[in-house]
Amino acid sequence: MQVNQQVSEHSDAIDLMVNMGPQHPSTHGVFRLVIWVDGERIVRVEPHIGYLHRGSEKICESEQYNQIVTLFDRLDYVGNLNNELAFCLAVEKLTETIVPERAEYIRVILCELNRIASHMLFYGVYGLDAGATTPMLYGFRERERVQELFESVTGARMMHNYIRIGGVKEDVPEDFEKNVKKLLDDLKKGVDECDQLLSQNEMFLARTKGVGVISGEEALDYGVTGPSLRASGVIEDVRVTDPYSIYERFDFGIPVGSIGDCWDRYFVRVEEMRESIKIVEQALSQLPEGEISAKVRRIIRPPAGDVFVRTESPRGDLGVYIVSDGSDKPYRVKVRPPSFANLQALETMLKDTYIADAVLVLGSIDIIMGEVDR
Amino acid sequence: MLPNLSTKGRQIKMTRNSNISSKSEAETSTVAEALDQKGSNLLKNLKSAFAEFPEMVFSVSLGMVVLKSGPGKLQDVCELLKTGEQFLFNYLSCITVVDYEEQEEVFEVVYHLVSIDYHHKIAIKVSLPSSNPVVPSVLNIWKSADWFEREAHDLFGIQFDGRKNLAPLLLYEGFDGYPGRKSFPFHEYEEW
Repeated sequence: MQVNQQVSEHSDAIDLMVNMGPQHPSTHGVFRLVIWVDGERIVRVEPHIGYLHRGSEKICESEQYNQIVTLFDRLDYVGNLNNELAFCLAVEKLTETIVPERAEYIRVILCELNRIASHMLFYGVYGLDAGATTPMLYGFRERERVQELFESVTGARMMHNYIRIGGVKEDVPEDFEKNVKKLLDDLKKGVDECDQLLSQNEMFLARTKGVGVISGEEALDYGVTGPSLRASGVIEDVRVTDPYSIYERFDFGIPVGSIGDCWDRYFVRVEEMRESIKIVEQALSQLPEGEISAKVRRIIRPPAGDVFVRTESPRGDLGVYIVSDGSDKPYRVKVRPPSFANLQALETMLKDTYIADAVLVLGSIDIIMGEVDR
Repeated sequence: MLPNLSTKGRQIKMTRNSNISSKSEAETSTVAEALDQKGSNLLKNLKSAFAEFPEMVFSVSLGMVVLKSGPGKLQDVCELLKTGEQFLFNYLSCITVVDYEEQEEVFEVVYHLVSIDYHHKIAIKVSLPSSNPVVPSVLNIWKSADWFEREAHDLFGIQFDGRKNLAPLLLYEGFDGYPGRKSFPFHEYEEW
């Protein structure tokens, strides 16, 4: 850690400038945070991003619509299927493609399982951020179960390229329903176990309760979405308020927090895993037989126009804006990554907390630098 | 012989531009204009509330109400959309810049707004000339505009009036050019 001295503008004391990152195990990627401290209290922070900027949006302009799905896999590399879904939904809306029922159900089942896997990763590393090693082992064990199922369905553990425009790549294997049922049983036990292990741990409570508080109004002003916004008590979930795919058919709750501290942001995610399990259970019992993909052309040429689609990724409101000029390649693709906006609120969350809590507050908004920098 | 990537890229660009310009000639089919109940209510409210701004043009694209505004009135429009009782657009989702290379007004800045209370959404489009792309900042209305504006400044060179700190966000200090623009040499670009 590199430390610089600088005379403060606001008091007689000398502020220390502490540089954290870009190479730091607790920044969840290549992220740099410059912190000014007065004693142990954080006075101001300045996030620096862009270390992972690959120009994904620009690359999209020179690829055909089918090829772009793989690029979306690599934005949020923990919630791959949710990202694929967002792009495919946008193109389907533009081309007015009707996706077969079976494909819709497979999509929802896999996306919700992906949400659980993503939250399990959060659970594990958040425990590690707080100084507890065991949650990591439990979180990764549950995530591994989901990834094994993904491997049997899509052939890949992370970069699936499974959800395609008009449907999905191929039908699920024969033992899919049996496997998912078993997975759900394991996950139910797993979530309960994880919950018991960490949520009411006295030291964990002491570290996270009342730390990094942000009010609902302020969070909304900063564009914070997803579990981080719901932790501040705002009931907003795109799956319910602006439903896409077939989410309006399922009965599930939206967990919300009360004051918007680190513990609320953590616990909202634990509860969300339970709600996701409910959705998968319902979807699995209704899973119809039939086609798995609509008849789409090999080279897709949507009509000229633009479309904006909002979806709920594990991290929040994932928006995709596509401008089409009628050719086989999009004229402009813009991704509205949830982590990008969530990270803006870090300054408010960190103000007047202790420097030892900086890592915990950063961990609680669950950023993925792949989608922040694009 | 290896294909020359740079010329290939340019050719693709030219054919696509001809498509863009022929859009108005109704050669290519355009998208549908269906609106749901929430959307049509919003459109009705907007038309009555914006009676004093006759230059505002409303249209509908794929279930989304689109409002075309000039850069001069943007602040007033946004203020009204955020505070107006029947709108309450308290959440700025995203700011996008689209570079229409060969049109007269080259840049189009698109603001996507959502109301958490009413669950309706709207897109505001502002067209800017290439010579002097300046648009008033909306940072004083929604704080979430901060990084989106910096990104737009970074990648497209759009100037945002009335705010501080437009330092590079995604690119490094001293990067030459605006890589988001269509004119940026995508294939010939070499970093080292």
